[in-house]
Amino acid sequence: MPVIPGAFDYHSPRSLDEALSLLQQHAGEAKILAGGQSLLRYVEERGDHLAIGAMTREHALEDSSVVRNSYSLLHDTALVIADPLVRNQATVGGNIAHADPANDHPATMLAYDATLVTKGPKGERTIAIDDFFTGLFENAMSDDEILTEIRIPKPAANSGGAYTKFERKVGDYAISAAAVQLRLDGDTVAAARIGLTNVSAVPMRAQGAEAELVGKSLSDAVIEAAGKAAAAECDPSPDLRGGVDYKRDITRVMVKRSIQQAVARAKGGK
Amino acid sequence: MSEHEVTLTVNGESVTRSVEARMLLVHFIREDLSLTGTHIGCDTTSCGACTVLVNGKPVKSCTVFAVQAEGAEVETIESVAAGGVLHPLQEGFWEKHGLQCGYCTPGMIMTAKEFLVRNPNPTEDEIRRGISGNLCRCTGYNKIVEAIQYAAEKLQADAGGE
Amino acid sequence: MPQLDDRTEPHSELADGVSAQVPTTDEVQIKTPENIGGMGHRKKRKEDPRFLQGKGNYVDDVKLPGMLYMDIVRSPYAHAKINKIDASAALEMDGVLAVITGEDLKAAGDLHWMPTLMSDTQMVLPIDKVVYYAQEVCAVIATSRYIAADAIEQVFVDYEPLDAVVDPFEAMKDKVIVRDDKDKKTNHIWHWEAGDKAATDAVFNDATTVVKEKFYIPRIHVSSIETCGMVANYNKVREHMQIYMTSQAPHAHRTVFALVSGIPEHKIQIISPDIGGGFGGKVPVYPGYVICAVASLVTGKPVKWIEDRSENLQADSFARDYHIEAEMAADKEGRITGLRVKTLSDCGAADAAANPSKFPAGLYSICTGSYDMKAAHVEVDGVYTTKPPGGVAYRCSFRVTEAVHMVERMTDIMAHDLGVDPADYRLKNFIRPDQFPYKSPTGWEYDSGNYEAALNKAMDMIDYRGLRKEQAEKRAKGELMGIGISSFTEVVGAGPSKDYDILGIKMFDSAEIRIHPTGKAMARFGTKSQGQGHETTYAQIIAEELGLPADDIEVEEGDTDTAPYGLGTYASRSTPTAPRPTASGPTRAVLPQLRARPPQWPRGRSGPRRRRSPRTC
Repeated sequence: MPVIPGAFDYHSPRSLDEALSLLQQHAGEAKILAGGQSLLRYVEERGDHLAIGAMTREHALEDSSVVRNSYSLLHDTALVIADPLVRNQATVGGNIAHADPANDHPATMLAYDATLVTKGPKGERTIAIDDFFTGLFENAMSDDEILTEIRIPKPAANSGGAYTKFERKVGDYAISAAAVQLRLDGDTVAAARIGLTNVSAVPMRAQGAEAELVGKSLSDAVIEAAGKAAAAECDPSPDLRGGVDYKRDITRVMVKRSIQQAVARAKGGK
Repeated sequence: MSEHEVTLTVNGESVTRSVEARMLLVHFIREDLSLTGTHIGCDTTSCGACTVLVNGKPVKSCTVFAVQAEGAEVETIESVAAGGVLHPLQEGFWEKHGLQCGYCTPGMIMTAKEFLVRNPNPTEDEIRRGISGNLCRCTGYNKIVEAIQYAAEKLQADAGGE
Repeated sequence: MPQLDDRTEPHSELADGVSAQVPTTDEVQIKTPENIGGMGHRKKRKEDPRFLQGKGNYVDDVKLPGMLYMDIVRSPYAHAKINKIDASAALEMDGVLAVITGEDLKAAGDLHWMPTLMSDTQMVLPIDKVVYYAQEVCAVIATSRYIAADAIEQVFVDYEPLDAVVDPFEAMKDKVIVRDDKDKKTNHIWHWEAGDKAATDAVFNDATTVVKEKFYIPRIHVSSIETCGMVANYNKVREHMQIYMTSQAPHAHRTVFALVSGIPEHKIQIISPDIGGGFGGKVPVYPGYVICAVASLVTGKPVKWIEDRSENLQADSFARDYHIEAEMAADKEGRITGLRVKTLSDCGAADAAANPSKFPAGLYSICTGSYDMKAAHVEVDGVYTTKPPGGVAYRCSFRVTEAVHMVERMTDIMAHDLGVDPADYRLKNFIRPDQFPYKSPTGWEYDSGNYEAALNKAMDMIDYRGLRKEQAEKRAKGELMGIGISSFTEVVGAGPSKDYDILGIKMFDSAEIRIHPTGKAMARFGTKSQGQGHETTYAQIIAEELGLPADDIEVEEGDTDTAPYGLGTYASRSTPTAPRPTASGPTRAVLPQLRARPPQWPRGRSGPRRRRSPRTC
C-alpha cells in the first residue's frame, strides 16, 4: 500500500535554531516537513523587495492584496499550483527547495530573479535563484541549511508579468508552463526573464527566448520568435502528458501567451 | 520509529492519543477516533474524499500526519449538522440531488463549507474552481454546483434575516 | 459536406405524425396522491441523510473485534518466471502472522486458480509465473494496516523477466505464450461469428458504395471513487463465513465463493454495505477477495483488505480494448445494405469479463444498430496478452458501446461520402415502424420501436436545422463547430434467459415484501445499489403498486442472509427487473385485510404517544 508511509522519527522544533541543531544532529538523514508551526510565515514588502517566509502557505499568496496588486506573475502562479486544498497545506519554500522542475514556483522565481535566504550553522547567506537549482531535486543548499525566505525584487515601473500553464486537469503537473517578467520602454522590451516549467530536468530559464525580446520593438513576429526560441532550447521528456514535439510546441504557445499578458500588464492592463 | 502524544480538538472535543509519527491524519480520524465519515479514495492527494478542516482550512487529511495537527482544531463531516439540524449545504445536496454513492460527499461538503465562508455569494465559475480539488465519479458535478448555490442563497437569506 | 439548402426532408410527414404520440416528461401521469408518493412524485432520496452526515457504512468502515489486515505483494513485471518467494524476513516482523503464497493456496485445495464467468481460469496467486504488471504475488497478514504495509516490503521475490506482449496483434503471432498452463500453446482464445457470411459477401459484391474504417476502442478503467475491499470473518465453530465486500452482485458472489472454496453456500453470508460507486468494477471476483477469505479461514480471525488507488487502477478489471475493422455497403439509392466486421478482443491474461451473456463477445452482434440492412457478418477473436484481465464495464452493457460506436461512425462516414446530411441519412435507413417485430441480420429480434419519431423529436428539441445553419455560417468565417448524432439499440436489463446466464442460474431477481401489522413495510431485493438510489426508487414503485406510502417502506439490499436471491446491479437491469414482483397478486391481496382491521391499542388504556418523524433525518 503506497498510501502508507514508511516509519520515521519526528521532531517538532519550536525555533529556527532548534531546527538547525536537529538538522546537524541528523545530517544527511533528515527531511524538513512544514508542519503545524507558525514560524517563517509572512508575505510583505520590505524596502526594495517582497519578502516571503519559506513556510508561507500557497493560499496566503492567493489571498495577499500586495501580491494580487503588484506581483501578477506570482499571483497567477499561486492560482494554478496543485488544487485549492493542497494550497492550504503546501508551502512556498517547500515548492522551491524541492527543486522539482515540474513544480511551478521555480520558473516563476527564475523569471523574477529572486534571491533565496538560507540559514545554517555558519549563519545566514543569500543565494541567487540562477545559482540555486543544481540538478533534478538538487539545490545549492547544504544538508544543514534551512531555506528561510524568498525575496522578489519589487518590479520597476512599466513592468508586467504572467504565468501561463497548460495542464491536463486541476492538480496535475504542467505539460508545459511559462513564467515571464518584463519591463517596457515605450514599445521596446527593456528587460525580460523567462522561466519554464516541466520541460527540462533542472528548472530552466529560456535565455534564447529572452534574447529574442530584449532591445526589440514589440511585434507579433518578435513574440513568435521568442516562443520558437523557447521551444528549441527546452528539453522535455516524453511521458503520459505527451511527446517531445508536442511539449515543445505547447511551450512555444505558453511563452507567447505569457509575453502577451505580461506586455498588457506592463501597459497598465490587468 | 517514534511514538508521540498528540493533543488536538476534533469536532469541539479535546482528544489526546499516542501515535506513530507516520500515522496519517485520515487514519487517526477514522481508526483511532472511529469517525468514519471521512473517506479515503486515493493515495495521491488527488480525490479530496478525505477533506477535513484544520484550523478552519480544508486540507486533504491523507497528506497530513496526525503529529502535524498537534494543537489544531479539526472539523469533520460529523460536526456539520449542529444539534441534529442539517447545515444548508447538507440540505442543498439533498434537495438538488448533489450525491449518488455518497462517498465523495463528506469531503465535498467540508470544502464547500469553508469556501462559502470566504465567498458567500459565489458565481458558478468560482464554485467550480472552489471544488476543483475534490473529485466526484457519479454526478458530473452540475448537481453539486447547484447544491452549493442553494446553500449560498440559504445562508445569505439566513444572515439577512438576523 | 452537404449543403442544407439542397436537402430534402425524407419521411417528414410520417415522422411528424408519429412524434405527436410520444409522451414527453411533462405528459407523464402521476397516479398516486402526494401522501402515497408513488412513481412520478418528486422525492428526496431516503438514503441521503446518512451520506450527508458521514454515517454511511462502507466496507472500510467495518471494524470487527480482533480484526487483522492484509496487504498484497504485487509483480513489478508484466511477464516473469517466479524462481523463489522468500518471506522469512517478513514473517520475523512483530505483528506479522502469515504470508500466503500460491503454494499455500494449492495445498488448501487447489485454490491458486479460480474459474471465470467466461469458462476460463484465472490465477488467484501464482506458483510458476506472473502474467501482468501488479499481479498479486503473495499476501501478508498482520495485526495492523501499517505493519502489513511494512511487511510487503520485506518479502523478496526472485523473478526472471520474460518478454511481455501487450499488443494483441503481436500476441496472435504466438511468439510469446501468455498461458503456458494451457494444453494448446497459443494466445488465441476463441473465434466467434454472428450473421451470414455468404449473404454478406453477396451484398458487398452488389454494392454501389463501400466504406471502410479501423477503430480502436481503448482500454479504460472504471475508477469508482471507493476502491475494492473486503472484511472476511470465518467462524470456525459455526463453520460459517461472513463477508463484507464491495459487491455489485452479492448473491452471485456467494454462489461463486461456494463453488470455489467448497464452503457450503448456506454457510456463507455476503454483506455488501454502502458502495462507493461500482460502474461494473465491483462485479468481478478479484484474487484479493479470495486471498482475504482464505486468510480468515486460515487464521480464524476477521481479516480486512482494502486496495489502494494504484492497485485499483493497475490490476482491477478494465473495459473495452477492442480493435475493430468495419466495412459498410450501400446500394445505388444510398441505402445501407450490409455490414462486415472483424474484431480483435484483447482479453488480457485471462478471459475474465464479467459478462453474463451466452456469447464470448457479449452483445456485440447488436452492431447493426437501428438500421435496416439485408445482411451482416461479425467475427471476433479473443486473444491473451500480458495485461490484467477484464473486458466489460459501465456504459457498455456487454460490448454494446463498442458496437454502437462502430455502426454510428460507419453511418456517419457513409453519409459523408454520399454527401447526405447525417441525420437525414439515419432517418432514411432506420428500421421503419411497420417492420416490427424485426429480425436483425445477426439474429436479434427487436419487438417494437419508432426510430424516426425519436430522432425527429430529438432534432426538434435542439433545433437541428437551426444548428446546422449556424454551423454553416461559422464555417464560412473559419470557425469550427461540431454536431454529433448517435442512436442506439441495445438489450438492457440483463436479461432474457435465452441470451443470458450466470453459472446455469439464468438471470432473474426477486423481491420480498413484509407488511407489518401497523401497515409499514420492509422490502428486500437481490439487487445492490452503488449510488443509484434504490431505497427511494423501489419504495416509490412499491407505493405505486400497493398503495402504501413510500415513506412507510424500508428498502434493504446487500445481505445474502436476509435478501432474496438476485443477480445484482449492472447493465441498467435493477429497476426494470427487481421491483416487478411487487405487482404480484398475493402481495396485493393481503393489503385490504390489513386496511380493514388495523391493529389498535385497547380503548381506555393509555397508549403510546404518536411520534412525529424528526424533520432532519
